[in-house]
Amino acid sequence: MASFLARRLGVMLLTMLCLTLIVFYLVNLQPNLRKLAISQTEMHATDQELEGWLKKNGYRRPFFARYATWLGVWPREPIVDPATGAAIPRFSWCDEPTTPKLSGVLQGDFGCSTKFKVKVVEKLGPALEATGILMFWVMALMIPVALVVGVISGMREGSRTDRTLSVISIATTSTPEYVSGVVLTIIFATWLGWLNGSAAAATEGHLSFYNFTLPVVTVSIYGMGYVARMTRASMIEVMNAQYIRTARLKGLGFASIVLKHALRNALIAPFTVIMLLFPWLLTGVVIVEVMFRYQGFGQALVDAAGNNDIDLLLACSLVSVMLVLATQLISDVGYAWLNPRIRVH
Amino acid sequence: MQFLSAGQIVLQSFVRLMPVWASLAIVLGLSLAFRKKLGLYGHVVQSPTGFVGLFLVGFWLFAAVFGRAIVLFDPLGQIAEMKDALPGAIDPHSGLPYLFGGDKLARDVFSRVIAGARIVLIIAPLATLLALSVGIALGLPAGYFGRRVDSVLSFLANLVLAFPIILLFYLLVSPGILETPIPYTLAAIFFAFPIVLFGVFFVAGYRAQPMKLAIRLAATLLAGAWLFATFVFDADPFGLMRVSPSTLNIFIAVALASGPGIFRIVRSLTLDIKTREYVFAAQTRGETPWYIMLWEILPNARGPLIVDSCLRIGYTTILLGALGYFGLGMPPESPDWGTMIKESSRFMRIFVHPALPPALAMMSFVLGLNLLADAIREQSLRD
Repeated sequence: MASFLARRLGVMLLTMLCLTLIVFYLVNLQPNLRKLAISQTEMHATDQELEGWLKKNGYRRPFFARYATWLGVWPREPIVDPATGAAIPRFSWCDEPTTPKLSGVLQGDFGCSTKFKVKVVEKLGPALEATGILMFWVMALMIPVALVVGVISGMREGSRTDRTLSVISIATTSTPEYVSGVVLTIIFATWLGWLNGSAAAATEGHLSFYNFTLPVVTVSIYGMGYVARMTRASMIEVMNAQYIRTARLKGLGFASIVLKHALRNALIAPFTVIMLLFPWLLTGVVIVEVMFRYQGFGQALVDAAGNNDIDLLLACSLVSVMLVLATQLISDVGYAWLNPRIRVH
Repeated sequence: MQFLSAGQIVLQSFVRLMPVWASLAIVLGLSLAFRKKLGLYGHVVQSPTGFVGLFLVGFWLFAAVFGRAIVLFDPLGQIAEMKDALPGAIDPHSGLPYLFGGDKLARDVFSRVIAGARIVLIIAPLATLLALSVGIALGLPAGYFGRRVDSVLSFLANLVLAFPIILLFYLLVSPGILETPIPYTLAAIFFAFPIVLFGVFFVAGYRAQPMKLAIRLAATLLAGAWLFATFVFDADPFGLMRVSPSTLNIFIAVALASGPGIFRIVRSLTLDIKTREYVFAAQTRGETPWYIMLWEILPNARGPLIVDSCLRIGYTTILLGALGYFGLGMPPESPDWGTMIKESSRFMRIFVHPALPPALAMMSFVLGLNLLADAIREQSLRD
């Protein structure tokens, strides 16, 4: 187990290194740097002025030196005013070290967000918190509903309930967030007026059933059917197992068989599925946050990508990649832990 | 301005879609009539989910094929009086109705949804095919050889899978990236996979018959050359297809996003099938590894692969819609469903009618594919 974990963690670190390098390369492509320079300088700046801005702020240093600086294995050089020789900050709203020293992700310095004009940490902290709240409610709604639907349709395979629930599950997996969001908003906000079609107020701490239901339901729907289908398949497999037949032949009641004998084993597979669903939910969260104007991680990611906010985008990708890899690891370890027939080595 | 009544809207839409209904009736009718002789397909048509799935997919397929004949207006054309027109409004110039109303820019929603079907139904299946050839070409050796080949390829696949899709799209499908060689390099690599795959397939299978091999290789190379000329360089020698750089970019991004998933499925199928007796028999006969992979393992993995491709086309459609929703790649006036949803969702509180048709179109098409996949899986398990 220990060597398995060590190897997995090693691969995870390598993956993170590779991915951030790729993102770093892509955000530093010439057209993207130009876009950044245009947004950061005065209007109608000439090409020379743009180039001057990039050079002055250190965007023209060697690629790998800059990546190593961002990572925190290469000292961060302050920008020196050629006239006075004194260190000047790159951005007035972001204090950076005035002497060369290691200051990167490894030291906890995620850099400065050029779009929001704050330190990345100050932007990302509240955004992650907001998204965490959203995710919590999504999970709290999605998992119980999906499991119940899956168990009910899987315990009597082929029955009318099973067929109906299966078609509903397939329908929800066919409905991406930007479709269900639009349809739900039309029905519940525009026509019925029961719910609010914007969650902007929820970001400012006024979270309520009125403004938060639509985003939560919208994210949940897409994943719900998938988890329910997986639970159903797992339930069917368990219900056809020998020990369930034994329990039936012993004369146990159907409810007791399902609840005491089948359920525990049937829920192992859905656990991994739910864990692997996180990367998927991430996409849904981005769409929903944009659609309902909720200032969370997804909105930050879209803003960062749209404005080529290099440091914020790198931090966002690091966070999401960590989330994906961590859930993969938890799902593998958890599966082995829940299912005694599986051994990791 | 004059309006059609609700009944007239339904009737007129039905009449406009006549070519689609007729084709559907012919195809589904023939399928049902000859279901006994059609094997698995016959069983699928007969099952209720399969029939509904085929109906929905067929509907959009024929809507795309007959699109030019169905639309009433130019999907990009604007008629100033028809701005935000309600469903059934009649254009005073031509006397023709905006069946589903007009959008913010005074374009006919009905015509746009039909025109959008053309875009979606061309890009999604082709991008899936591209991803499928990449997944097969890499998944077979990873599963068959194992060890180092598997480690390296699996690492690469997991690398892409760990990438949040939205981030990948924002980085790869930005207008700026078209100025760099990256999309063209990736396209050249991706489009090489189907050519190499077919080449190896024929070389492995027809080694003993040089004449047949030469003909097939020549055909592969010609088709490959056309593929490269059309897609990578946007210079179709026959002038049949135009693939603009931004469309190419969408292809690449979507194929890159769904390729690793296919790779994993092919790999695990290969791991399973390579322990069968017929593979051992082929190994004992002294067949080459690529012959065994492409002529023994691949045909026996086709069942799950067909089901997965069905689901995958639906997923690709969803990805394509997400690209449109974020305004990536597609031109802003494009009538594809994702862009339409994005454009109309901004004013959803005031005007509902431009948002609903593309949303329902997207939903029904993906639902059709998913039902079809479910029916195929169910029927193939039954045999």
